[in-house]
Amino acid sequence: MSVPARAPVRPTATHPAPARRRTAHPVAWWGWALLLATTAGRTANPWLLLLIVAVAGLVVTFCRGDEPWSGAYRVFLLIGLTAVAVRMAFYIVFGGSDGPTVLFSLPSTTLPDWAAGFRLGGNVTAEGALAAAYDGLRLATLLVCVGAANALASPRRLLRSVPAALYEVSVAVVVALSVAPQLVAGVGRVRRARALRGNTNRSPANLMRTVAAPVLHDALDRSLALAAAMASRGYGRAAGIPAPARRATGAALLFGLLGLCAGAYALLGAATPAPVAWTLLAAGAAAAVFGIAFASKRVPHTRYRPDRFGPLDWAVLASGAAAVVGTVLSGLTDSAALWPATNPLAVPDLPLWAAAGVLLAAAPAALVPSTPKGTT
Amino acid sequence: MSAFENTGTGQVRFDHVTFAYETRPILDDVTFALPEGEFCLLVGPTGAGKSTLLKAVNGLVPHFTGGTIRGRITVAGRDVRGSTPADLADLVGYVGQDPLAGFVTDDVELELAYTAEQLGLDPAAMRKRVTEIVDLLGLADVRHRTLATLSSGQRQRVAIGAALVAGPAALVLDEPTSALDPTAADEVLSALHRLVHDLGVTVLLAEHRLERVAQYADSALLLNGGKVTAGPVGAVLAVSPVAPPVVELGRLAGWPGPPVTIREARRHAAGLRAALTGRSPAARSEAVPPGPPLLEAQGVTVDHPGVRAVNGIDLAAARGERIALMGRNGSGKSSLLWALQGTGRRSGGRVAVNGADPASRRPGERRTLAGLVPAEPADLLYAETVAAECAGADDDGRAPRGTCAKILADLVEDVDDATHPRDLSEGQRLALALAVTLTAAPPLLLLDEPTRGLDYPGKAALADRLGRLAEAGHCVVVSTHDVEFCAEFASRVVILSDGEVVADGPAGRIVAASPMFAPQVDKILPGWFTVRQVAEALGESGTGDDERH
Repeated sequence: MSVPARAPVRPTATHPAPARRRTAHPVAWWGWALLLATTAGRTANPWLLLLIVAVAGLVVTFCRGDEPWSGAYRVFLLIGLTAVAVRMAFYIVFGGSDGPTVLFSLPSTTLPDWAAGFRLGGNVTAEGALAAAYDGLRLATLLVCVGAANALASPRRLLRSVPAALYEVSVAVVVALSVAPQLVAGVGRVRRARALRGNTNRSPANLMRTVAAPVLHDALDRSLALAAAMASRGYGRAAGIPAPARRATGAALLFGLLGLCAGAYALLGAATPAPVAWTLLAAGAAAAVFGIAFASKRVPHTRYRPDRFGPLDWAVLASGAAAVVGTVLSGLTDSAALWPATNPLAVPDLPLWAAAGVLLAAAPAALVPSTPKGTT
Repeated sequence: MSAFENTGTGQVRFDHVTFAYETRPILDDVTFALPEGEFCLLVGPTGAGKSTLLKAVNGLVPHFTGGTIRGRITVAGRDVRGSTPADLADLVGYVGQDPLAGFVTDDVELELAYTAEQLGLDPAAMRKRVTEIVDLLGLADVRHRTLATLSSGQRQRVAIGAALVAGPAALVLDEPTSALDPTAADEVLSALHRLVHDLGVTVLLAEHRLERVAQYADSALLLNGGKVTAGPVGAVLAVSPVAPPVVELGRLAGWPGPPVTIREARRHAAGLRAALTGRSPAARSEAVPPGPPLLEAQGVTVDHPGVRAVNGIDLAAARGERIALMGRNGSGKSSLLWALQGTGRRSGGRVAVNGADPASRRPGERRTLAGLVPAEPADLLYAETVAAECAGADDDGRAPRGTCAKILADLVEDVDDATHPRDLSEGQRLALALAVTLTAAPPLLLLDEPTRGLDYPGKAALADRLGRLAEAGHCVVVSTHDVEFCAEFASRVVILSDGEVVADGPAGRIVAASPMFAPQVDKILPGWFTVRQVAEALGESGTGDDERH
């Protein structure tokens, strides 16, 4: 019997009880993803956009866990590809920016006066197609960033980090998230039972009576059971908050949100002077923060093992911010590269600052990988 | 019994409690008191109001149900009336039949912590508490898992743990083991038993499958006709219309007590064994009737995403056979039934009913070959009244008007035609679903877990009905956890494990050889399966019974 040559004697890490995986704070992940999305919103450069998609994909591959929602990235990638395709189809049918290089012509119809500015069919140019493709790619990149956030931190985990004042809202969302799959399962069950009865009638009235009614009945029963279970476990205990305080908090929150919306609208629209817009935004944010902070002090609930925001989480956020800073710098030095012209046709340049920033945003892949180094 | 005297303090006390929905009385002047750390079993026929009594303890009745309640209920000295269930969450833990329906989160630890979060427990205290509960209920292996990945027994233990985190004085459980297989039920019950000893919680538990629970209980309450009888388990079960086979046997033989556990019963059994020597159980037609097999299945495989539910099962069955399909939850029983019927997924293998593959037929034709009553019989029903349901079934099956109504009348008496199917009792609803299925006259009849929610008389009636259908030439296949039902019904038992057949043969041989699947009577009197057999044998003069062996 020969001695097994260099048998792998690496001690296998045994976990008597599977340990909690170290991962970044959900707020950090969502912040990182939204910063990447902001970057994507600030450019139409295809190289940069593709780089963002690649970075998001890399980080998701390295950092995601094995939870059911971890496949979200792929789903959003597919949705993104669809967005590009739809944008192209719209361009071909309805037109958009035009140029001299005609690829092919579609039979066109003349639209009445009230639809002036649109065309149906007609010339399809390379310049226009390229512009439409850039535009679609930008939208796709935004979607992919959201997908990355979903894959890295489930919305449920994010909801656990909302301020206590928004607790009731977060519970409602969590319940909705659990009821939706049950409803889908319920439809499947009732449809199978329907086949057992040999009922294959597809008229809407019959479907309503034999599928929709039982499923809704079931859903209602479930909701009542869940409400009873939640009540027996202390949900909605009399919190002892005086009514005026509750109303004041509600009003502060509402005005805060309105202010935020108005501020954002003013900022994006060109009509409002920037100082007014910023003031509106700041006032809205202040009102919202005050409302949340004021209400949070009065909520009698506590959190089990709240996610803590540590240095690593700041690093993740910072890496996302680097991408935005990069595009801002590029915008100052070389704004033509961020918004490449498609007429005349040219291969766009890669803006260096922005590219460097986006590459920095890949740092989480090394900072918080899901599998510890050395196990593979 | 001092424990039940009205003067004792008691953790859970009902004092002249009367409850009614509008005019229909449910509880009629109910008075009892349970001392601290008591494990009390609530028994009663279906529809007696057991759930109502349990829900009254934590205020779900009348807060969630309406109705008028009079009298006084106290838990650990606190008056329950006037408080909402949420206010009582630190005092009474409530666990329902289906743990999944009551889960708020999707993660074991968060679910356990939920009540503590609601009560605003300090995070450090909360962590300690959750860890204690995890250890107490043996959930250490699964504490970081998601709820969807747990087995049914683990889920029920999580539900119990979640109710206990707030440190309640009383724990109320409504049929916590009725959907569980025997092993999982044992896990849950022994965990409960430990809680009573370690934490001193007062446990009040309602259950249909008394044979599982009776041995753990310290006392029992019988709720019948709105009245409550309290006392030691044996004494209460002796006068109860629903009682496990061991108590029935004790009543029959006149054993004192009567004994509630197999161990006690065995001590008394010598006399009865002697009286039964030389006799054998009355005829059980276990021989396969001659003729070509009705059902031929070869290599049936069912793959669900990520799991192989059924792995190459061969099964042949003839008309007149009564087959019980047994095995743990998740062993592939339901998947097999659905695949045999043809509506469910089948990934491989052949199925032939009367020579035809049901899966290749249209649904309307398929059900004339094989009928399936699903685990939730209400899924088959969608009309507003029983009469409309029967008419709809006739239309679906293109049967002459009145076919389904006639079958239903043969199965159960006194079903009101104008009742909504969801308002029927469990047994009546099952009969209606069965009638709907039988309208197509399928030779092969499959039932998925039909005994859930049925009490002993309900199960006996079902076994009778299915027996008559088998005599009329149907082949009846039933998946069940219920060993007592299996003993009454089956001529042949097939045991599945991990999607494979591990045992297949005459009921007597298979069931008696297995400690898990042996009925109570067999454990006391080897070779006998039901109380009815023993009663018939004792009733006979003792002659002319030997020629069968």
